[in-house]
Amino acid sequence: MLERNRIAVFGGVYSNHLALEAALADIRRRGADAIFCLGDLGAFGPHPDKVFPLLREANVLCIQGNYDHSIGNGLADCQCGYTDPRDNHFARISYAYTLAHTSAENRDWMKALPAQRRIQLGSRRVLMCHGSPRRTNEFLWESTTSSAFLDQLAEESDADVILATHTGIKWHRELSSGRHFVNVGVLGRPENDGRTNVWYALIDARPEFRVQFVPVEYDHRRLAEEMRSERLPEEFVQTITTGWWTTCLEVLPQKERRRGKW
Amino acid sequence: MIPLPITGHDAPTVPLRHLDQLWFQAGGTLCNLTCRHCFISCSPHNHEFGFLRLQNVERWLAESLRLGVKEYYFTGGEPFLNPDMAAILERTLEFGPASVLTNGTVLKDEWLQRLRAAEERSPYSLEFRVSVDGASPQQNDPIRGEGTFSRAMEGIRKLLAFDFLPIVTVAQMNGDESADQLFADMVAALKNIGYARPRVKILPALRIGAEAERARGYRDDERVTREMLTDFDDGLLLCSFSRIVSDRGVHVCPILIEAPDSLLGDSLADASIPFALRHHACYTCWQYGTICSNPSAGLHDA
Repeated sequence: MLERNRIAVFGGVYSNHLALEAALADIRRRGADAIFCLGDLGAFGPHPDKVFPLLREANVLCIQGNYDHSIGNGLADCQCGYTDPRDNHFARISYAYTLAHTSAENRDWMKALPAQRRIQLGSRRVLMCHGSPRRTNEFLWESTTSSAFLDQLAEESDADVILATHTGIKWHRELSSGRHFVNVGVLGRPENDGRTNVWYALIDARPEFRVQFVPVEYDHRRLAEEMRSERLPEEFVQTITTGWWTTCLEVLPQKERRRGKW
Repeated sequence: MIPLPITGHDAPTVPLRHLDQLWFQAGGTLCNLTCRHCFISCSPHNHEFGFLRLQNVERWLAESLRLGVKEYYFTGGEPFLNPDMAAILERTLEFGPASVLTNGTVLKDEWLQRLRAAEERSPYSLEFRVSVDGASPQQNDPIRGEGTFSRAMEGIRKLLAFDFLPIVTVAQMNGDESADQLFADMVAALKNIGYARPRVKILPALRIGAEAERARGYRDDERVTREMLTDFDDGLLLCSFSRIVSDRGVHVCPILIEAPDSLLGDSLADASIPFALRHHACYTCWQYGTICSNPSAGLHDA
């Protein structure tokens, strides 16, 4: 297996091609041996087809998120599993728009993406997944995931480091066994903290293992304009312009919900 | 009325895939209310199951760590009748996320202050789930008792004052009202008492215990057959990822603790055996899936 010493990793692009472009430029400046995307390329944002050329040009190695699985296979919904009728309403709008505006070629490409990737980072075995190593759409929130669970997950997955995304909010925990779990965050929308930037993770193997979350500023006003001209819900636009989540709130645990505005 | 397995039913079995959730029957069957629909007929006089004491819970926490349990849930009865409840939650938050299911009518400021501080020290959430049976006293009180709706709302206000954001679970007791309508009514009722961003979860009625007498019990054909589990992801069923501890031992799920065949062993390891879905209540789980978990746990589909 090819050994790497520094990788850049992000998740949830959610059709935010402007944030993706800005993140890739930032990664180029800082330098990384490889770039990985942990899935959910579409949803939420405008013009879903715009992200694919950027990913290919930068040679980003992707895995399949639940959204990519749904769009790739033309399923009935995004498999996010909401029960709140309001969340379901917005999830349906976003899914129908993304499905209708993703080319057959890109759908096929997403359909063929692997569910996981394994790499060697310095001396550590890294497992990349979307939700968790056992389920693509499992939410691993910082405040509802015990360390005992993560330790066991890493042990059973033969991994020293697990990288995941799916929830939309970054976090990192060093486990008692010296292993690490990192939720790398998402590029698609801000993380419900009242700031408009998004995040990716830069992970170094040397001189010592280090996880750095990197904020990415991008032209969020332009994205908001594109979303409006595509007639995407104003609630989505508001998240982009204010940094506060306005939808999909029911799945947030209390601690994560408390930090938000809505 | 104790739920008994359906006789002569060739029931499918569900394996425990991983112990994600460990539940505790912390309040036993003792409750300050006598709800007319309670699926385990809890009341101020039902001492069939006792409280779990702190020391006892600590023993289970220790075993659960070795099994990689992801989150902990506490129920009853009314858990806050248990004098150790606040201490149990404080201890649990050292190891993992905790959720406590309460009727909201006996909460004391002193406990909430302690628990808010414990949550602040912990990386984990302490979720309060407050149960009601409708979005108004007119819907709720005939089932839960006179004045219980406003007492529950008072409890929610208290929780809000300590910056908790309770999940209000509403059992769907009136068959004529849609879940969406009930959800909207509950959101409105909570906004009305100053809960600006209410968290609401709708629960289906379980036709066992007192509810079998209040409305109706299960029909004979309301059962889970082998065919019904073909092309069905059994990961949706609580028994595939959870067990519950009572003062008698480890049972399969919080709904069936009174059923004799629900008791699976004296340790979590012993109780990690497949369970046969021999009960009518299993039909409700099959219909609705993951009814007992918090929304943040997501759907357990593969």
